[in-house]
Amino acid sequence: MKNRWIALYVENDVGVLAKVSGLFSGKSYNLQSLTVGTTEDETVSRMTICVASDDITFEQIKKQLNRMVEVIKVIDLTNVPLHMKEILFAKVLRCTTADKEEVFQIAQVFDVQVADIGKDSVLLECKLTERRNNELIALLRSKFRHIEIVRGGAVAIESISTSCR
Amino acid sequence: MDITGRKLFVRALQEEGVDTIFGYPGGMVTDVMDELYKQQDIRLVLPRHEQALIHEAEGYAKSTGKVGVCLVTSGPGATNTITGLADAHYDNIPLVCFTGQVPLGLIGNDAFQEVDIVGMTRSITKYGVTVRSRRELGKIIKMAFHIARTGKPGPVLVDLPKDIQLMPGDAHYPQSVSIRGYKPNEGVHVGQLKKAYKLIKSAQRPLILAGGGVLLGNAQEELRRLAETMRIPVVTTVMGKGALPSGHPYYIGNSGMHGRYAANIAVSECDVLFSIGTRFNDRITGDLNEFAPKAKIVHIDIDTAAISRNVVVDVPIVADAKLALEKLNEWAEPKNTKRWLEEIRALDKENPLEMRRDKGMTPQMVMEGINAAFDRGIITTDVGQHQMWATQYIELNEHKKFITSGGLGTMGFGFPAAVGAKIANPDQPVVCITGDGGFQMNMQEMATAIAEDAPVIVCLLNNQYLGMVRQMQQLFYGKRYEATCLRRRTTCPPNCKGPNGACPPYLPDFMQFAKAYGAHGIRVERETEIAAALAEAKSYTDAPTVIEFLISSDELVLPMVQGGNPMSKMILK
Repeated sequence: MKNRWIALYVENDVGVLAKVSGLFSGKSYNLQSLTVGTTEDETVSRMTICVASDDITFEQIKKQLNRMVEVIKVIDLTNVPLHMKEILFAKVLRCTTADKEEVFQIAQVFDVQVADIGKDSVLLECKLTERRNNELIALLRSKFRHIEIVRGGAVAIESISTSCR
Repeated sequence: MDITGRKLFVRALQEEGVDTIFGYPGGMVTDVMDELYKQQDIRLVLPRHEQALIHEAEGYAKSTGKVGVCLVTSGPGATNTITGLADAHYDNIPLVCFTGQVPLGLIGNDAFQEVDIVGMTRSITKYGVTVRSRRELGKIIKMAFHIARTGKPGPVLVDLPKDIQLMPGDAHYPQSVSIRGYKPNEGVHVGQLKKAYKLIKSAQRPLILAGGGVLLGNAQEELRRLAETMRIPVVTTVMGKGALPSGHPYYIGNSGMHGRYAANIAVSECDVLFSIGTRFNDRITGDLNEFAPKAKIVHIDIDTAAISRNVVVDVPIVADAKLALEKLNEWAEPKNTKRWLEEIRALDKENPLEMRRDKGMTPQMVMEGINAAFDRGIITTDVGQHQMWATQYIELNEHKKFITSGGLGTMGFGFPAAVGAKIANPDQPVVCITGDGGFQMNMQEMATAIAEDAPVIVCLLNNQYLGMVRQMQQLFYGKRYEATCLRRRTTCPPNCKGPNGACPPYLPDFMQFAKAYGAHGIRVERETEIAAALAEAKSYTDAPTVIEFLISSDELVLPMVQGGNPMSKMILK
C-alpha cells in the first residue's frame, strides 16, 4: 500500500463527482483526497485524486475510471514530475502573547502567511506540499492545545522544467 | 418547426428502429404514453410489475440482439426497475430505460413520487442522466442508444422530467453522436495476439474457456473454427454456454461451482488456458490461488477493466471476441492434442454428469425431455437448482438460445425473460425452466403473457423448497431448514428437519393458478409422463402452458464446489 496520484479530466456535469466518488466507496478503494475544479475549458473539470493502494488495485482503479462515460482522460501522476500544493488554514486559539510570538516564528520558518489575527488567536494561511503541511500540523499540535485545521486536499499539475511535490 | 419533447421522444424511437417498448404508465409519463397512443410503428407491452418489465426487455434484447426499450414512471416505477437494471448491467444486456421525473423545478423538493433514480442506479448502469434542458433531449437519447449497444453492452437510464416532455424545441434527431469520454475498443493488438497464438501453439494441454462475451460478440462460429482447426477442447462459463454446440466433440461442459468434473479438472491440468469473454467470476475460479495452477493464461476481453482484475494473466488482450478469433483463425494450424483429449474423455467417464435412474423422476429426466422435445427455440431459466441442472443437462445447438441470469442471479428473471423473448420471436418455441420459488417472484406476468399473446411453455420444477439454499443447509448446516420450506406455516414444529408426513399442503396450486389466468396447466408426477406433457404443451398455441414437474425435495445439484475452495475439490456424491 502506498499513496498514488491521478489527474482525472471529467465532464463538468451534474453527478460526475458523485459517480467518481461512488466508485471509490462502492468498490472499497481507499480514497485519501480528491479535489476538483474547472479547467481552461469550462465544460471540463480536472480532479486531483490521491489513493492508497497496492499495484493491482491501482491498475484496476485507473481502468474503472477510464470506462466511465463521463471520464475524458486518466493520467497517472504517481511517478511524474509535477507541482503539487495543498491549501491549509491553521487557527491557533487561546494564545498568550508569547504563544503569538512563537506562531509568528513558525510562520516565518515555514514561509506561510499570517492571514488574520485577534485578541488571542492567529490564523495561518499555508500553501505547501502535503508533506510540509503535515509537518506544520504536527508542530502546531506539539506546541498548542487549541488549534483548528482546515485542509483543501492537494492540487497538482505536470512540471514544465522544475518540480515540487 | 419546433415540436414538443414528447413528440421528439417518439420520433427518436422511430428513428432508432424501435418496434417494441415495455412500458408501465404513471403520472410522470402520461404525456409520452399519450404520444405513443397516436402512432402505430411501436408496440407498447404492458407488464404487471416494473421489475418484470425490465426482465422482459432483457429477454427481448438477448433473443434479438436489439436494444430493449423500457418506459416507467417516476418514484416507485423507477425504483422497481433497480433489480432488473442491475441484472442487465451484470450480464451486459443493452437496454435504454426511460424514467419519468417530476418537473425540473420540483426536483429536490421531495415532490410526490420523486426519487433520485440516476443517483440510485449510478453503479448499476453503464450511463445514467437526467435531461435538464429540452435542447439536449435528442442528443441524450441518441447517446443512450449508442452507449447501450456498443462496446461492452449495458443498460442506460434516461430520466425525463415532465416539463421537458411538454416543452417545445428542436425537432431534429441527430444521426450520430460523438462522446469524448467514450470510445469503445474497436481494434485488436496484433502483437499481443501473436504472443497468444505462440503460447497456444507450443502448449501440450491447451484449453479454451469461453464466456458470455463470445455470445455477445456473435463469435460462436469463429470459436468453433479455432477449436476444430487446432483441436483444442472447450469449456464454458454459465454465461458462455452455447458458445460451442453441446454435442460438439471438443466440448467438455461448463466449468465452475457446479461445472462438469472433467471440465474443472481440465482447467486445473491445462498448461495454456485460452480464455475469452469471461471476467473470471468467483463461481468460475474458486480459490484464486489454485485456479489453473499449471497454466499460462491468455485473456481476451472487450472490457479493459475485466483484465487482470481477479486473475493475473500472462497475455492480456483487449479486443472484441469475434475480431480476435477471426485473426487467430488466419494463423491457426492443426495441433496434436490426441492424448490430452483422451485424458479429458477418461476423466469424464470417471465422473460423468448423471443422476440416479432407479427411483422416480429426476431433474435430469425433465431436462432430457426438453432436449428431445425442442431442437430449436429459446430457453430461459430462473435462478436456483433448476438453473444449474439446466446449465448441466440442456443441450444447445446453433438454433437454440439459452438465456439466464448469470451475474446477479436474480430470482424472478426466468418467466418474464421468456415472455419478452416470445414477444420478440413469435415463431420460435420459448421454454422457461423455473423453480417454484423463483416463479412465484414474478408469476403475475402470466397476465402479460396472455394479453400480449406470448404462449410460452413454463417447465416448473417444484420441489417445494428454495432448493439451492436448502442444499447448502442439507450439506453444510446440519439440515436446519430455516426459511427454505415453502410449505411451512405457523402450525409447523419449530425445529423441522424435513418433510414428516404431516406437512401442510403446498401453496399455491399451480394448476389452479394457470386456470385463473386462462393458461394451460399440466402436472407431471412420473418420468413416463414427461414426453407427453411436453408434446401437449407444444400443441397449445393459444395460451401459455405451465407444466409442473413434481420432483423430490432432496435432489441435489452435483457436482459442487463449496465457495472459496479450489475448483478441483469437488463434492461428487
